[in-house]
Amino acid sequence: MSGAAELLLAVRGVETYYGNIVALRGVDMDVHRGEIVTLIGANGAGKSTLMMTICGDPRARKGRIVYDGMDITQMPTHEIVSHGIAQSPEGRRIFPRMTVMENLQMGAALVDPDHFDKDIEKVFKLFPRLKERIAQRGGTLSGGEQQMLAIARALMSRPKLLLLDEPSLGLAPLIVKQIFDAIRELNEKEGLTVFLVEQNAFHALKLAHRGYVMVNGVITMSGTGAELLKKEEVRAAYLEGGRH
Amino acid sequence: MAASNTNAPTSDVTPVGAQAEAEAHRLPPAPANNPHSLAASVRDAAIAAFLAGVLGFFFIGVRTDIAPGGLDLRMRWGAWIVSILVVFAGRLLLNIFVWKTDKPITRRVKTGSGGMSETVSKTLKYALLAFALILPFFFTTFFPGKDRQFIDLAILIMTYIMLGWGLNIVVGLAGLLDLGYVAFYAVGAYSFALLAQYLDFGFWLALPLAGLLAATWGMILGFPVLRLRGDYLAIVTLAFGEIIRVVLLNWYEFTKGPDGISGIPKPTFFGLELKRGEGGFADFFGIAYDPIHRFIFLYYIILALALITNLVTMRLRRLPIGRAWEALREDEIACRSLGINTRNTKLTAFAIGAMFGGFAGSFFATRQGFISPESFTFLESAIILAIVVLGGLGSQIGVVIASVVMIGGIELLRNLGFLQQVFGSGFDPVQYRMLIFGLAMVLIMVWKPRGLVSTREPSAVYKEKKRIGADMVAQGEGH
Repeated sequence: MSGAAELLLAVRGVETYYGNIVALRGVDMDVHRGEIVTLIGANGAGKSTLMMTICGDPRARKGRIVYDGMDITQMPTHEIVSHGIAQSPEGRRIFPRMTVMENLQMGAALVDPDHFDKDIEKVFKLFPRLKERIAQRGGTLSGGEQQMLAIARALMSRPKLLLLDEPSLGLAPLIVKQIFDAIRELNEKEGLTVFLVEQNAFHALKLAHRGYVMVNGVITMSGTGAELLKKEEVRAAYLEGGRH
Repeated sequence: MAASNTNAPTSDVTPVGAQAEAEAHRLPPAPANNPHSLAASVRDAAIAAFLAGVLGFFFIGVRTDIAPGGLDLRMRWGAWIVSILVVFAGRLLLNIFVWKTDKPITRRVKTGSGGMSETVSKTLKYALLAFALILPFFFTTFFPGKDRQFIDLAILIMTYIMLGWGLNIVVGLAGLLDLGYVAFYAVGAYSFALLAQYLDFGFWLALPLAGLLAATWGMILGFPVLRLRGDYLAIVTLAFGEIIRVVLLNWYEFTKGPDGISGIPKPTFFGLELKRGEGGFADFFGIAYDPIHRFIFLYYIILALALITNLVTMRLRRLPIGRAWEALREDEIACRSLGINTRNTKLTAFAIGAMFGGFAGSFFATRQGFISPESFTFLESAIILAIVVLGGLGSQIGVVIASVVMIGGIELLRNLGFLQQVFGSGFDPVQYRMLIFGLAMVLIMVWKPRGLVSTREPSAVYKEKKRIGADMVAQGEGH
């Protein structure tokens, strides 16, 4: 990663509330083009909230979010997505009664249909298993396949920035590895910028170029993945016992 | 990935070797005291009958009447014995066919491979369509005495099919539980009736306007409920349906309130009225006048309207908007994260569903010739919703089956006069229609919780391109 990379996403002093409850207390974060950035933290730290705030649901009450030179803080979600931010939300949220094919079509809802055939072959190359399951209903897939589908669906929108919320949630270590390998491949071969929210700190920090640690709605630490992995506080809080 | 392998289509492979042995072990020889034997079933039924006799003795066997100076006890042995016999027979039949048998009739019939059932359902669809097309002539040929009644019933059923298909867009596809669908039906009916009364509009001119007005009202309802889902949405739509009805009821100067509007014009056949005498349809074509012509004509109008509804829905399902509706039903948050404008998606579902309701309403007005707010009560909404839910949410053919069964079934009750010989002369099966209706719903929901037709046809299939590149052949994958 060259240090002079272009800034793709800048989060500045963002505060988000659920009603009167504060979830983010002034978050600053940068994602450069071509980077994998991870955000780690405990349950309820506000990781997912930050990701959802980037997508405009909920909106930030204070602060600014600039993406690719555009202020997207007040934009409606569907417009933000149309500018090239794709999200694989927490808990996968695939469409269970629709087939894998239809799920992927939904991912490509905003894209010129001419790209569809090429794009679908691309995601099949990344996740060959989805091709086998193409006519199956989303709800009948295994957890790992559903996660693959959620990522593939997000990729169908031809994103410049991919937001992934806990792709390792509830999956066997082998599948987690497959999925993280796919993310790395996307980043290395396609130059896709990835923002990864994870609880699985060890794997996430190993994968990411840079990482942020969030505690109670504020970023407490940042650095390269390797730096954070070495830090005593990170090890104590997020890795002990979790490492294998 | 062990879990995923269970989804692999290996079930039709015959077990071999060790697997076959394991299967054999799973079926032990019948024990001496087989719980599935006939004797056990009879014993069980006898116990049930005994219990029914004990419990029912005071409820059924003894009747109290108010007599001068107190109560008069009367024994009803006949009724008591009949009830015991009914319990015995019912329990025995259930035992034999459902509970204590090796092959219960309720066990899911093994569905064939996807291709097979698809052909069956396709054939059924075309057979139904063909029958619908020739239906009036079928009745005039084979039931000349009762053709009017039958065609009238067919028109009624077809109206409900159309309403069901319209509501299916909102509830079945977009997943927005709408309890006030009858409001759009009313808007359509009153639009035509009022346009005809005040501006002398004919049916064909008023039809698109009525659809448009209903669609507008669909949007008006849609806006405030955009953020609501599930139960909350249902309550608000229910209220909306009632508001429309109450306004129609109380705006006396404009809608004539409870008196209703009468003299609504009949549709014309390209300018020809279906009337007796000079200038009428029969006169123009040089055939003898017969009042049945008008029924046949009305039938074909509603058939055409219903088919348009179906074609539009089927077409929309394959377009991005239809897919977005279904995705919205599945998961609204995921939809938003994929860049779907959920507001517009919901509004289009409401508007298009309402539009078809409006068309059906106009047809209803012209068919009846008279409308009043009484025709648009909550019960209508409930029946239409029941048709959609019983048919299987999102299933077009399910709506047809449910309409025929429910609307046709209620009408059928009127023709069960022979039951009076069984239950006494005061017995009127029509009085029990709501009871039967409810019972049918409970039974269907127990046996088929997802409705009669619960399979969902994918809106798109992946067409694999057979590309045999040199690299694939080299690896031996070029099959």
